[in-house]
Amino acid sequence: MDFGFNQEQEMLRATARKFLENECPSAFVRKMMDEPAGVTADFWQKLAEQGWLGLIYPEAYGGAGLGFVDLTVLMEEMGRAVMPGPYFSTVLLGGLALLEAGSESQKKEWLTRISAGSSRVTLAWTEPNGRWDGAGVTLAAREARGGFTLSGTKLFVPDAHTADAIVVVARTGNGPSPEDGVSLFLVPKDARGLEVKLLPTMDQTRKLCEVTLKDVGVGADALVGEKDKGWQPLARVVDRATVALCAEMCGGAQKVLEMTTEYAKIRIAFGKPIGSYQGVKHKAADMLVDVENAKSITYYAAWAVDQQVAEAPLAASMAKAYVSDACRKVAAAGIQLHGGIGFTWEHDLHLYFKRAKGSEFTFGDATYHRERVAQLIHL
Amino acid sequence: MDFALTPEQQSFRDEVRAWLRQNLPKEWIARVVSGPDVPRVEAYDFLRQWQKTLYEAGFIGLTWPKEYGGRGLTFMEELILHEEMALAKAPPVLNILGIGMAGPTIIAYGTEEQKKRYLAKILSCEEIWCQGYSEPNAGSDLASLQCRAVRDGDHFVVNGQKVWTSLAQVADWMMLLARTDPDAPKHKGITYFLLDMHSPGISIRPLRQITGDAEFNEVFFENVGIPAGNVLGGVNNGWQVGITTLMYERLALGFGLQVRLRIALDALVGLAKRTRRNGDFATRDPIMRQKLAQLWIDTEVFKYTGARAITKLLKGEMPGAEASTGKVWWCEMHERLQEVAMELQGPYHQLMAGTERAIDQGLWQYTFLRSRANSIEGGTTEIQKNIIGERVLGLPKG
Ligand SMILES: Cc1cc2nc3c(=O)[nH]c(=O)nc-3n(C[C@H](O)[C@H](O)[C@H](O)COP(=O)(O)OP(=O)(O)OC[C@H]3O[C@@H](n4cnc5c(N)ncnc54)[C@H](O)[C@@H]3O)c2cc1C
Repeated sequence: MDFGFNQEQEMLRATARKFLENECPSAFVRKMMDEPAGVTADFWQKLAEQGWLGLIYPEAYGGAGLGFVDLTVLMEEMGRAVMPGPYFSTVLLGGLALLEAGSESQKKEWLTRISAGSSRVTLAWTEPNGRWDGAGVTLAAREARGGFTLSGTKLFVPDAHTADAIVVVARTGNGPSPEDGVSLFLVPKDARGLEVKLLPTMDQTRKLCEVTLKDVGVGADALVGEKDKGWQPLARVVDRATVALCAEMCGGAQKVLEMTTEYAKIRIAFGKPIGSYQGVKHKAADMLVDVENAKSITYYAAWAVDQQVAEAPLAASMAKAYVSDACRKVAAAGIQLHGGIGFTWEHDLHLYFKRAKGSEFTFGDATYHRERVAQLIHL
Repeated sequence: MDFALTPEQQSFRDEVRAWLRQNLPKEWIARVVSGPDVPRVEAYDFLRQWQKTLYEAGFIGLTWPKEYGGRGLTFMEELILHEEMALAKAPPVLNILGIGMAGPTIIAYGTEEQKKRYLAKILSCEEIWCQGYSEPNAGSDLASLQCRAVRDGDHFVVNGQKVWTSLAQVADWMMLLARTDPDAPKHKGITYFLLDMHSPGISIRPLRQITGDAEFNEVFFENVGIPAGNVLGGVNNGWQVGITTLMYERLALGFGLQVRLRIALDALVGLAKRTRRNGDFATRDPIMRQKLAQLWIDTEVFKYTGARAITKLLKGEMPGAEASTGKVWWCEMHERLQEVAMELQGPYHQLMAGTERAIDQGLWQYTFLRSRANSIEGGTTEIQKNIIGERVLGLPKG
């Protein structure tokens, strides 16, 4: 047993931290918050050059062929920098869905372009019903003229407004379980009847869209994976993306803890640093407990999805349940211990606070995942 | 990162598993197991025998040097052993303070003679140890302890009192912290002694606890003589030695805590599955499902945070921040687990052993009450948070 990172992974961490400190300081993050695209072409190209866009894809598709534990390191650093832009939606949602379920030619075409930074693909899964389960998928795909016609609305779709193509989760049939009859389709951005609207969001570093499909016609070759059997690959994608998200959340929480302890050492009240008061010190200790525990379960889940052990879905849900609660508490405590300055727009804490809030609910919050754990342990 | 076992580790696991299957005492299997119960007074004789059996089979003191009765293995084997113990719901070890604290401290600070004299007997449970640290006026602020030891030729003479001393009533030896230089700054005038509990001048008064049991005691010393050869780690160096003991306590107990927690959780899930609330199974109640799932997650979290610390130890590094959080986290969680056990029982939670109406023969009532000590014994949660704040996060002292 070795529950630590190896030398290459530690090196990746150091490189990533340096790169993000230079290229993604908070001034850049703030600029991207106001920018509809949420990223610059220049920054995106640099991510490609770093090899991050294809990090987890096989070398045959222009990737680096690394695993999820390696990715965890990178995600932690991105969370630490509240990195804006469509990295997550492209690499971990759209791209991963193609890798998981796509045909050889779909993978060759799209993953190669994603790795090179020349294409972005997102995943349109959730709908106005806000559900994360199979029953939430109602967007209809009807067979027509050798292909399919898609109609319905997708909501909370990350970065659809800048994506070159969207993997759309649609209902092609109904079976005994709501998870039957779900299919995935690759829809190009210029498809007729496809409309994308950028929505104002609390966490401005993450762009969310409403995607409306009005009788969008696609060919049979747009199908990603098997018809009616899309839920299984989707679930695997989501489990892995969930673990990656947890890692990003851990990175953000670690940074909030550091900002807070540094501040507690220098801010003087009643003639002493506030960190010498137990009301502050014990809260900081609680933050550390939350952060360290969040990392432990996330690292385990990363290993579990990487090795695709049978327990991987359980591990992913345990991680998301724990990390969602922990990061919410840590981000809130960070603001509390900063006092008034922590409540300002100028201070960076709100970037972390809002990212933590958004991530808390993405792919299901703690309550949702605890119930999933309950099911998986046969309660 | 790799959770796989090497072939050698696998065969060690198989060996442990097979042995446990063969040797787990029948009377223990028949008993309801409901918690990380510390050794209860009525089970002392049974547990003494159990530890002896474990020792003879070579399943105790795995990481201790071979020449002193250990097996010279790594923390990895220790971890495997404890996991198997949890799976098999094996009884706890009686000489827990000897194995978790006295032994490792003697290994670290003892003379060759001391190691030869004490270590093997700790493992075999031939000699039980207790910990004489706390006093009526020195608990959290341990360094203000006042129990006096005065040098008199080739021995020391001890006068004073200890309190909350677990196992003192059956102990053969005590790790005793006593003041040897009252004029020195308070951390500098303390010495660590290995005290024979059968010495004349020692009187022990059991203290009845919240559970009704008397596990801990008051211990009084009246001109008790200790040979100078029983000083551990040098005169007036006791604070340093004692702190080491506490570090080991946290690490070593960590393994044990994990086992007992897993056993408690499994028992709780079992209880939930056969409990009915409001006409339906408790496991169908959405709120109860949330609470149980959270405890399940938290138990796993505890395990993996421990695994990170052990990985560092195995690589020869000092455990970092992750090692400091275990105790605080464990008590919070275990106390919550026991609260859920009460909640599941509803009005039945009042029924103690002695009525057939009591659930699981009233064992949960004991483990629930006992769990209140978790955030006090071994350093209170408040003190642990001070330590985390100051030593790990570098915040200034108050
Ligand atoms: C079941 C049980 C078994 C035990 N077994 C042993 C044993 O075998 N050997 C042994 O030596 N001891 C043993 N103890 C004693 C235990 O270590 C002490 O009770 C503990 O260290 C607390 O000391 P105290 O009881 O004097 O409480 P106090 O130190 O008086 O603390 C009272 C309260 O004040 C808080 N407090 C104190 N100082 C601070 C501070 N600086 N900042 C914030 N809060 C503070 C504490 O956290 C606590 O809440 C045992 C205790 C229990 C409950």
